[in-house]
Amino acid sequence: MRRLWSVYGGYVVGFASLFVIWHLASVYLVSSVLFPPPAVVFKKGVVLLRNGVLCDNLSASLQRILMGFIAGSVLGMPIGLAMGSFRPVRKLLEPYTEFLRFIPSVAMITVAVIWFGIGEASKIFLIIYTTIFIVILNTAAGVSAIAPNKIRAAESLGATRAQIFLHVALPATLPYILTGMRLAMANSFTTIVAAELIAANDGLGKMLWDGRLFMLVDDIFVSLVTLGLLGFAVDRMFRWSIYTFAGKYSPTT
Amino acid sequence: MPLVSFRDVEKTYRSLQGVDYHAVEHFSLDIEAGEFFCLLGPSGCGKTTVLRMLAGFEAPTAGEILMDGRPVTGASRDRAVVFQGDDSLYGWLTAIENVEFGLRMRRVPKAERRERAMRYLDLVGLTGQAQKYPAELSGGMKQRIQIARVLANEPTMLLMDEPFAALDAQTRALMQEELANIWQAERTTVLFITHDIDEAVTLGQRIGVMRAGPRSGVKGVVDVALNGARNRTDDTFLAYYRQVYAMIRDEVAAAIARTR
Repeated sequence: MRRLWSVYGGYVVGFASLFVIWHLASVYLVSSVLFPPPAVVFKKGVVLLRNGVLCDNLSASLQRILMGFIAGSVLGMPIGLAMGSFRPVRKLLEPYTEFLRFIPSVAMITVAVIWFGIGEASKIFLIIYTTIFIVILNTAAGVSAIAPNKIRAAESLGATRAQIFLHVALPATLPYILTGMRLAMANSFTTIVAAELIAANDGLGKMLWDGRLFMLVDDIFVSLVTLGLLGFAVDRMFRWSIYTFAGKYSPTT
Repeated sequence: MPLVSFRDVEKTYRSLQGVDYHAVEHFSLDIEAGEFFCLLGPSGCGKTTVLRMLAGFEAPTAGEILMDGRPVTGASRDRAVVFQGDDSLYGWLTAIENVEFGLRMRRVPKAERRERAMRYLDLVGLTGQAQKYPAELSGGMKQRIQIARVLANEPTMLLMDEPFAALDAQTRALMQEELANIWQAERTTVLFITHDIDEAVTLGQRIGVMRAGPRSGVKGVVDVALNGARNRTDDTFLAYYRQVYAMIRDEVAAAIARTR
């Protein structure tokens, strides 16, 4: 119990204070229907949970993020590894990564909708676009950060080039890959909401937009809180899995 | 025939500004099979360059390096390297997994490689640390892991690049003693790079003294006729120390003057 408290106590107090301050601000500071207190938002959240609206929108957004995120990571990793390992490949692909990564995914919504319509395809394309460059850059940076002596040691222990790649370069780069994925996940939230605000039939972004359209301020706040909690939960899960499955790859963190 | 021969080896580095730096020039040296050879020189004299060329990490600009009569063309498992720092260890593998790395690459069956790795971990006194990760071990322990890792791979010779330079004085003295004992038992050929006269006289059967760089080469070779455990306060030990010191003193002064 004591241990549990020392690990999670800070979080509990932190979150509690957030809601207390929100409550005080909305009741005493700006008493307006445009800024509902947490209790009202919570009640509305329960209603939207019961009638399935919240679950439908949440799962729509989450599904898009996960599909795009996984596809983007799976594509980005080998490209990043190749760019970090072979100079000619880097020279060849750098114009693409260095050019495209400065075009924000939010700006790509326009062409995504024109090309793929307002359905799932455009959202998944956008999340892949958001994910892939961060994963590529982090992976390539990870490869070039490998201490040369790790490679030399493997060579003089009789490892082949393929073995060095598989048993030295890949595990040494893993912490960088996972960091890239974690950053990409955070950015995916921004992208999906923006995309759903502009063109979608469902999702948390659509819920926000509808809330504005029909002046359902409580709905807007339910959607915002859900986004916050979802992002927090996903990031924690990511950190936990890095720690559990890949902790030994970076014992310092 | 010597095990290793450097014949008129030259290594030139070109800086980004296009200026050539001649690290070593006319470097010739023979190392006999089974001997413990210390290469001693002031800092920046090209000792590490010599080791890297023999390891096959870098090619000489001119001249040739022969091992068993064949020119060295790249890294190979017959020339295992113990590096100065600990960045050559694999942080995601446990101590024992690091030691059996070479065996695993050669697809030695798991049970056999475990047993062999355990034997060498025992030799360096780390049986109890087998399941720990490098980050959990002290600097001295990490160097022992490196030594066990190369020995388990059974190379023809060991190349050691100031392996104890980063350790504190007490640990270093202890590690030197242990390395001497291991060498007495295994009799693997060793090329040991150091800038420490005391270390060279403690470990070496022969000591090659290098001139200050650039265009460095071998100034002279001292045969150390001391057998078994060596005592730093022994008269003969001190006589060798003085002899080597006299050879290297001018070179150190030259090295300092050059960098001023």
